[in-house]
Amino acid sequence: MLGRGMRARCVKPLRQRLPAWPSRRAVTTDAASSHAEKEHVPSEDDKPFDVRLSDESFETYELDPPPYSLQTTKAELKRIYSDMVKIRRMEMEADRLYKEKKIRGFCHLSTGQEAVAAGIEHALTKEDHIITAYRCHGFALMRGGTVKSIIGELLGRREGIAYGKGGSMHMFAKGFYGGNGIVGAQVPVGAGIAFANQYNDKQNTTICLYGDGASNQGQVFEAFNMAKLWNLPILFGCENNKYGMGTAANRAAASTEYYKRGQYIPGLKVNGMDVLAVKAAVEYGKQYTVAGHGPLVIEYVTYRYGGHSMSDPGTTYRTREEIQRMRSTNDPIAGLKQKLLDWEVTTEEELKGLDKEARTEVQKEVAEAEKMAVPEATPQILYEDIYVRGSEPQFMRGRIPEENYYY
Amino acid sequence: MLRNGTRSKSLEVVCSTRSFRRYSGNPPPARLNAPIDYSITPLLHHTAKSLQTSSLSSKSPAARLNLFQAINGALTHALRTDERVLVFGEDVAFGGVFRCTVNLATEFGSERVFNTPLSEQGIIGFAIGCAAQGMKPIAEIQFADYVYPAFDQLINEAAKWRYREGETGGNVGGLVVRMPCGSVGHGALYHSQSPESLFTHVPGLKVVMPRSPSQAKGLLLAAIACNDPVIFLEPKSLYRAAVEQVPTAAYHIPLSKAEIMKEGKDVTVISYGHPLYTCSAAIAAAEEELDVSIELLDLRTLYPWDRETVLQSVRKTGRAVIVHESMINAGVGAEIAATIQDGAFLSLEAPVQRIGGWATHMGLVFEKFNIPDVARVYDAIKRTVEY
Repeated sequence: MLGRGMRARCVKPLRQRLPAWPSRRAVTTDAASSHAEKEHVPSEDDKPFDVRLSDESFETYELDPPPYSLQTTKAELKRIYSDMVKIRRMEMEADRLYKEKKIRGFCHLSTGQEAVAAGIEHALTKEDHIITAYRCHGFALMRGGTVKSIIGELLGRREGIAYGKGGSMHMFAKGFYGGNGIVGAQVPVGAGIAFANQYNDKQNTTICLYGDGASNQGQVFEAFNMAKLWNLPILFGCENNKYGMGTAANRAAASTEYYKRGQYIPGLKVNGMDVLAVKAAVEYGKQYTVAGHGPLVIEYVTYRYGGHSMSDPGTTYRTREEIQRMRSTNDPIAGLKQKLLDWEVTTEEELKGLDKEARTEVQKEVAEAEKMAVPEATPQILYEDIYVRGSEPQFMRGRIPEENYYY
Repeated sequence: MLRNGTRSKSLEVVCSTRSFRRYSGNPPPARLNAPIDYSITPLLHHTAKSLQTSSLSSKSPAARLNLFQAINGALTHALRTDERVLVFGEDVAFGGVFRCTVNLATEFGSERVFNTPLSEQGIIGFAIGCAAQGMKPIAEIQFADYVYPAFDQLINEAAKWRYREGETGGNVGGLVVRMPCGSVGHGALYHSQSPESLFTHVPGLKVVMPRSPSQAKGLLLAAIACNDPVIFLEPKSLYRAAVEQVPTAAYHIPLSKAEIMKEGKDVTVISYGHPLYTCSAAIAAAEEELDVSIELLDLRTLYPWDRETVLQSVRKTGRAVIVHESMINAGVGAEIAATIQDGAFLSLEAPVQRIGGWATHMGLVFEKFNIPDVARVYDAIKRTVEY
């Protein structure tokens, strides 16, 4: 019986064994799916009102769904909008600088995924922690990095956020731990961060992000196990943009239901194109972990417009139509803009003002970053920050004795 | 025979009867390769008096402890004096397979001393995260042989953290990774390795290996206090074998500082960890038979290591023999030998000798042939002297 079954499988042609159809994505990716009644929107900028989220914003696994409403203010909505525009502008500038060969090396842009970075940040305080992988520019900006320091980092300048020593994948800020080039390596580190905060009785949460590709790494599961075992206040977050580098999620993962892959950890799948749904999910998750219920696995269903990195045109493993469709109908910025106008939170005029403000601000800071001097490869710079300053070994060896650096 | 023999003949002493007999019988009594007698070796402080005359002299009373008890004492002190210290690893709550963490969970609670799943990469990543939050995690890898899944975390996360964090002031300096290493005679492929040279290749990590209980206590406390990540390798064969007087109070032995354990003027023998006992026996035999005076150096910290002490010693003696247990190829000895020829070239009377494990894996029954024994160290000293 078993033998026949195995033989039958063996003779199947290869193509049939690799399902090529896209995985089912039950939550909507409609970026404009939230709803508020115009007449309930107050005239004051800072007076709270309720926004109703779409019924298709969440899917849950062993978890009661978060409330389908979100309290916000006009001022906050406008800030979220500005933040997303700023991230996109900054990524576009990075794209330009890369194409002008001013930024070299590796560069992973998050265009299309802005709602995740902005939505998470607006659900947190600076006492919370975020650690993520290499698509990190938006998070670094949200956590308090400046456009200047981030672009400066990409350009490898001394004034960059990590002294220009890391570049695209390596950025730190208060409550932000990178920016990490090794796929999945940040996940157990996030568990450790969460543990330390739990140990110190901090009433905060740790957001530990990874991609759909990294979800298949062994250490992700090691971290899941520890987090559940020790009931850590951590929100694992899979940013599912459908492609792990150039491979569709369903070709790399036996199960693409990433929110269920914590098995014994409750999961929540969120519309990652609607910044308000992201905010609501993370607010709920934070409350959940702070209340001592342990970890959650949140899947942010999102989409990246560009390739995996600058050397990937991003069109060999997906159709141009698919990208175009997401851009024109599911864009997180256009979606929020639409809502802000529908709900009369703001006017076309004011939004244009916000756009322009974000653009000029980003351009100004990028110009300043471009003007930063190229750092000299002096031994003092090359060998600093390997050990505690002042406690370094007497010297570090260069390639030839003349290059030895004496601290 | 050794006294008059040429270099190539010196090994015959060990196997001189083999050329006559094709069958096995009782080996002749070993002259050099006798088992190390830890109760008389000059490397250990057998009496409180010897401790008082050493660099560890203190007013504190001392107690006779073996290596795991000394480490346990250091961990206890660290846990008691600093709330940020955590001890975790596989089976540490029960005392660990080598008993280093015995009673810690009882005294400090499961919140601070706890078992982890069997996931080395996870353990180290987790420890790094804790350290990034200002904690002082002391993670145990049950055997150094198991560290390889965590290699990425150590090299790409821990070692580079300070370098890549920019101006946030973040670091993972609180991290100490303890692991038992080295051969015990029957550990075979996965329980006898000494992977120190894989870590000494990487700036950002400090790599330490103590030789004795009193050294282990001071070095481990210094490693915990040190604000850089430290890999702390413990020679597992010494856990129970090495017993000596250890001060009961806490003390630090500076990292990156070698120790001259025995002064001499003709040859410098540089080693660390367990082979120091082998060296000591070889030196005793060589000094008696070859009429030379040999200096013995314990490197203690393997990276960043104390170049100055080594170079000064070699400039004085003109001859150097480096001994370690791990494989010779691209080992710690290679770096030391290169540094010596770079920094003390004109003082050298003979080529620098390296004695290490052969460049092969630890076959179960071949373990004792694999690691340096007294005869090999003696032979190296002799060749250096007679060059």
